[in-house]
Amino acid sequence: MSIELGHFALILAFAIATVSALVGLVLWRSDGRAAAYLQQGAILQFLLIAAAFAALVQAFATSDFSLALAFEHSHSTQPMIFRITGVWGNHEGSMLLWVLILVAMGGAVAAFGRNLPRDLLALVLAIQSLLVAAFAGFTLFTSNPFARLSPVPFEGKDLNPVLQDIGLALHPPLLYTGYVGFSVCFSFAIAALISGRIDAAWARWVRPWTLLSWTFLTLGIAMGSYWAYYELGWGGWWFWDPVENASFMPWLAGTALLHSALVMEKRNALKIWTVFLAIITFSLSLLGTFMVRSGILTSVHTFASDPTRGLVILSLLAAFIGGAFVLFALRASSLRAGGLFHPVSKEGALILNNLLLAAATSAVLVGTLYPLLLDALTGRSISVGGPFFELTFGSIMAPLLVILPFGPFLAWKRGDLVGVAQRLAWAAGLALFVTILVFALRGASVSLVPFGLLLGFWVAFGALADLADRAKLFRTDLVTSLRRLFGLPRTAWATAIAHFGIGVTVIGIVAVSAWETELVTTMQPGQTGNLAGYTVLYDGVTHTEGPNFTSDRGSFTITEPTGETRTAHPERRVYAASGMPTTEAAIETYGFSQLYLQLGEPGADGGSVVRVWHKPFITLIWLGALLMASAGLLSLSYRRLRVGAPRPARAKTAAAE
Amino acid sequence: MRRLILAATLALSLLGSALAVNPDEMLADPALEARARAISANLRCLVCQNQSIDDSDAELARDLRIIVRERLVAGDSDEAVTQYLVDRYGEFVLLSPVLAPHTLLLWIAAPVVLLIGGMAVLAGARRRRKAALAAEPPLSEAEAAALRELEEPDR
Repeated sequence: MSIELGHFALILAFAIATVSALVGLVLWRSDGRAAAYLQQGAILQFLLIAAAFAALVQAFATSDFSLALAFEHSHSTQPMIFRITGVWGNHEGSMLLWVLILVAMGGAVAAFGRNLPRDLLALVLAIQSLLVAAFAGFTLFTSNPFARLSPVPFEGKDLNPVLQDIGLALHPPLLYTGYVGFSVCFSFAIAALISGRIDAAWARWVRPWTLLSWTFLTLGIAMGSYWAYYELGWGGWWFWDPVENASFMPWLAGTALLHSALVMEKRNALKIWTVFLAIITFSLSLLGTFMVRSGILTSVHTFASDPTRGLVILSLLAAFIGGAFVLFALRASSLRAGGLFHPVSKEGALILNNLLLAAATSAVLVGTLYPLLLDALTGRSISVGGPFFELTFGSIMAPLLVILPFGPFLAWKRGDLVGVAQRLAWAAGLALFVTILVFALRGASVSLVPFGLLLGFWVAFGALADLADRAKLFRTDLVTSLRRLFGLPRTAWATAIAHFGIGVTVIGIVAVSAWETELVTTMQPGQTGNLAGYTVLYDGVTHTEGPNFTSDRGSFTITEPTGETRTAHPERRVYAASGMPTTEAAIETYGFSQLYLQLGEPGADGGSVVRVWHKPFITLIWLGALLMASAGLLSLSYRRLRVGAPRPARAKTAAAE
Repeated sequence: MRRLILAATLALSLLGSALAVNPDEMLADPALEARARAISANLRCLVCQNQSIDDSDAELARDLRIIVRERLVAGDSDEAVTQYLVDRYGEFVLLSPVLAPHTLLLWIAAPVVLLIGGMAVLAGARRRRKAALAAEPPLSEAEAAALRELEEPDR
């Protein structure tokens, strides 16, 4: 019964979204009445999709295998958390999650957008409803999650064991919130193009949404990277896989948008470019959804043999992106550019940031799509993998990292490059000193490593220098400096923390690629291996039973260089329902470094293949991302940004006084 | 996530196969083994999703790793080993594509975006400066005289 109610709620939401989109697009000028209707419509859409999603969750949680989706992707012996996360561990359910987050965003605009001009609000909600109609329709007509089975099977087929992990509970919701959050920026951009009105207030409304989406996308990508790292079993943390690139491109474009919206809000410049970026960012999110959901990545040929879903998504993609660009071409000239500035200025630095981020995005985009297009057009197969991206993407990011610390120091309109260089000199000197020190201690054979480390330290110390400079450290007494430091606006802190986070991530990436060591060997119980000063003693394997799997659980005793010992338990599991084997690595964290143990196949003579990696400073990669995300949240919590433009009601009272 | 699913299905289809580089494959000579690892990292496991043969646990990747090591032991240079595999498996095996007419667009796309973007930025800056100059009327004769007076009061 609840499944039919859920199905009905989805249909109703689709209908309301369709009507809302039409009403909004036709009647947006009408004196606030359309806006009032659309606000209610948006909140109703959210409630209905939430109900539909709850019906799915209920069916999965109670193992109702009359639901075809639950039968295919669940099993009654799975722990409760994996029964619930199994809802989005498949195509249909994850589409509904996508739509749920989309309507949540629309609902939030309706709820918090009371101080928006009525016509702008109506337009934004109309575009948002159009998106809901398209994707709820796609879910309903090509990927219905509510299909029933008769007769009802006694047991389900089990969720893919690799997905039975806390990672599935966190990664897709975070990532989708990031992806879909940019839809609000997109709707604002389209609304600005249709109404022909765009100003600093517009940028102020768009910026929190960009910040929110960017923060969640950062967390989602970092979470996905760590999940792949511990789950896939060979300790890689980024693969330049098309699916990863699909989430990375909106992140790069979103980062550019974050910075250009700043220029627009503060200086009323870069209007057309900001609108363009808002469209591009969400288009890349849609492209990512298309690539992951259409199956085109597995092979161009499987895509062509069962094209229904893929073609529908592709036409939605073409309609939204194409439509947006046509509108942009027709209307962009109506947006007047303003704000004059010298090339050496904060504006100039931010334009350079945008230029390099745009080029980096295009490197990833072309590298991801080129093999697909070449195969489709000429039938030639080429691979574009890690080495290509490291070269092209890396050589664009390097200059960006070089100029990054200058940005926050430069003044608006006209900056003083020499003065900034003087104020940054100690950061550069310190970065150079630390890099040389690290090399004196560790050495490295790869010539690019010192350069990479230098960049990382330069960015990190540059961010600290920004804070120190604002606090007038060493230029006044310490108490005043501290008072100044804690009196700084949260946005200043957020900028410094986010930039510091980038430096931390870069240092982690360079360190682990330069100094990672591994030990691959066959071990008999009682034998030891040595790696990077650690001694690993293999104690043997015990057979254990989990809730829905059996496991060969290895026991290792790790002795640190200091003499401390720990035990670690990597496993080989076989999942009962699917008969699928997985390996669970054991990861021990020492400071910022990790020891990664993996138990391989048992040998004929009773031994086991054992792989041990020492990954120096690898956690810095994700810590840096966490710093960036926390900076995003900090900036969001800043009241001035949250409140947005002054309320019309207050303006009226002021006029009356 | 999709990647995980694919990796999982792949693991399923290759049930019982060995994982990544195995101790029994490794060469005794550490210099040769290091070269083998470096070459392997740039070769694609043909049946995998974007994985190098060095990382992959597929049976085919194991075969390719053994071929790489056999060629190295036979005295081939790094380039010759790579070419040997390209001749047999096609350029699909290269994780970093060659620079050739059919990949030209791939390699130059990002630099071209950077170049065009840079030119657009410069053109925009020049246009804005001109527009600003045009918007401001030139100084009248009296204003110019007053300005000269302010700048050089001694004259």
